[in-house]
Amino acid sequence: MAIDRRRFLRNGLLASGTVITSPWVFQTGARAAGEVKVGVLFSLTGGLSIIEKSLHDATMMAISEINAAGGVKGMKVVAIAEDGASDPKTYNEKASKLVIQDKVPTVFGSYTSASRKAVLPVFEKRNNLYFYPTYYEGFECSKNVIYTGAVPNQQLSNFIPWIIKTLGKKKFFIVGSNYIYPREMAKVSKILIEKNGGEWIADEYLELGHSEWGSMVNKIKSSGCDVVLSNVVGDSVVAFYREYKNQGLTHDKLPICATVTSEIEIAAMGAEYAVGSYTSFPYFQAIDTDRNKAFVERYRAFVKDPKAVTHHALESSYFQVFLWKQAAEKAAEITPTAIREAVKGQEFDAPNGHVKIDPENLHTYLTPRIAQWLPDGQGKIIDAYKEPVVPLPYVAYGETPTNLFCTGKGLDTAKLKT
Amino acid sequence: MLEVLFIGLSLGSILLLVALGLAITYGAMGVINMAHGEMVMVGAYVTVLSGIWLGTNIFVAIPLAFIVTALLGLLIERVVVRRLYGRLLDTLLATWGIAILIQQAVRLEFGLSFLGIHLQGLGPGLQNVAVPPFLQGTFSILGADINRYRTFIILVTAILALVTWFIIYRTSMGTQVRAIIRNPRMAAACGIDVTRINALTFAFGSGLAGVAGVMMSGFKTVFPDMGTSMVVDGFLVVVMGGVGSLLGSVLSAGILGEINGLVAAATNDILARAVVFGVVIAIIVLKPKGLFALKGR
Repeated sequence: MAIDRRRFLRNGLLASGTVITSPWVFQTGARAAGEVKVGVLFSLTGGLSIIEKSLHDATMMAISEINAAGGVKGMKVVAIAEDGASDPKTYNEKASKLVIQDKVPTVFGSYTSASRKAVLPVFEKRNNLYFYPTYYEGFECSKNVIYTGAVPNQQLSNFIPWIIKTLGKKKFFIVGSNYIYPREMAKVSKILIEKNGGEWIADEYLELGHSEWGSMVNKIKSSGCDVVLSNVVGDSVVAFYREYKNQGLTHDKLPICATVTSEIEIAAMGAEYAVGSYTSFPYFQAIDTDRNKAFVERYRAFVKDPKAVTHHALESSYFQVFLWKQAAEKAAEITPTAIREAVKGQEFDAPNGHVKIDPENLHTYLTPRIAQWLPDGQGKIIDAYKEPVVPLPYVAYGETPTNLFCTGKGLDTAKLKT
Repeated sequence: MLEVLFIGLSLGSILLLVALGLAITYGAMGVINMAHGEMVMVGAYVTVLSGIWLGTNIFVAIPLAFIVTALLGLLIERVVVRRLYGRLLDTLLATWGIAILIQQAVRLEFGLSFLGIHLQGLGPGLQNVAVPPFLQGTFSILGADINRYRTFIILVTAILALVTWFIIYRTSMGTQVRAIIRNPRMAAACGIDVTRINALTFAFGSGLAGVAGVMMSGFKTVFPDMGTSMVVDGFLVVVMGGVGSLLGSVLSAGILGEINGLVAAATNDILARAVVFGVVIAIIVLKPKGLFALKGR
């Protein structure tokens, strides 16, 4: 059948008209049914999508589980997912879109500190609420962000003393990627190393995303250190561990003790390169509880990948949605301010154990753990705190549990200066 | 000190590995091939996939990756690059587009991920290549511990450079390639089939990138974006060495590698990288045609 031009044009117009109107029909229809919209903002494209996609999936899984159990106050939770595209500027635009146009009361998102810093002004200016699942460097105090990942004291306060006392290693070579997180981690590490009677002999950095480790590993070799503290992030981790072994260094003589190397990086480098090295995180896939095993199974089913690994930021992405749900149910109304007030002190039994939002600084009580990597790519948990530890985002500047710098009133800058 | 020099040599060999293919496509054909890094990436993925699906090791992957990327290069030349000879900036844009297409094809598993099908070894994640145990660790020479895998890379690079030299300077096809470098129209007038030789040259350059990818996969991370940064380093080497000069590329790769290694050992890697860029800028300013420019008549 030959399509004449007029009919073609008419059909085309009809088709495009349907495309334009359908979202509108969908939105009005859905609103009537009673639902809560939330934003989900992770990078689904670009260099960081490798890890952020898994955080996105964990968030979506939590939302679907909440909906399956009846939603929030009987209302269905609808996720509006946006793509941060591994670019802080895109993050800022998408966050504005979610807050201003979609009017969501909460957004779950971000992996890197750069993307969190980029969206922070949006949430502070509009007094909205952001749930941030990643371990980060601390030094931030916002009443518009709920931090559910570890801060430096929850990764290092048990790690450094343990390295010095249990492993008997005293000379630290600190190595990291060149940006804010590794540098802040190094600052906290140095305080802890000196307090525990060790010494640090070098503090070196490699460009972020750089994977040529030849010179650095050679430097480690000739430095006379007896332990390497690694704050290397991203894909550089893989090249680092491979070069380490290829230059003849072994983890039983000179172990790498890492704060970022998770199950994802281990799987990517090949477990044989990491066997015997250590990592400190509040969560490992290997945590031997029924709750965690069930969580891993559900996650694998959800992403349809029987070999998918879980890791700390992923687990935080998952449980923070439940903390939000409990707060939204407790709050009188579904607004950012009401949810924030309700989330203070909220507790939940997460896959890693019991977690609690600190009512003052809005960070999360987590249980620090140390794992040694096994040939199967899983960590063997060899040391853990008995109970969750108070989060101290300003520990590098002298913050203690009895002297909080960041409280419900905001940051006490006078304490920061002393 | 020997170890520092060795690392510099190794850095140089890695630079040359990527630059060899570029030296041919850019030098000989006047095509700024931004997809060259993606050819390296494809080569790395051939290693990953052949390891998973065929159970073969890195040695089998070398010829396999060469064939796959050479064919892919031939396809790109036939479909796109052929129409753009003589338009330098257009080749840059077109091949950049191809680079993004290839990256996304790998990330989306050739579109299968839309249908919910997952191919092991593809996708946006980090991939892992097993290296035979005898290429891991070190061996000793003169009291220095020498990295086996890096030695392997240096050897492969040397062999590839020799093969390339032989083809370009000792075969009749190479003579035709050199004639085209000097003056494509005159070469055509002398009866050289320029389109055919160009297609084969592009395929060969791409194949070299594929082998580079196999070598990279053994000690760097394999993921869809891995080639992007390499192509920049490759161009640095080619431009500094002098466009169209194989010897220039070899020497400039060696010089940049050693500078990088020595400065990194004395100070740190971040400064070393800045010094390398500084040296390249200085050379381009002082000798705009590079260290070994062809003398035109």
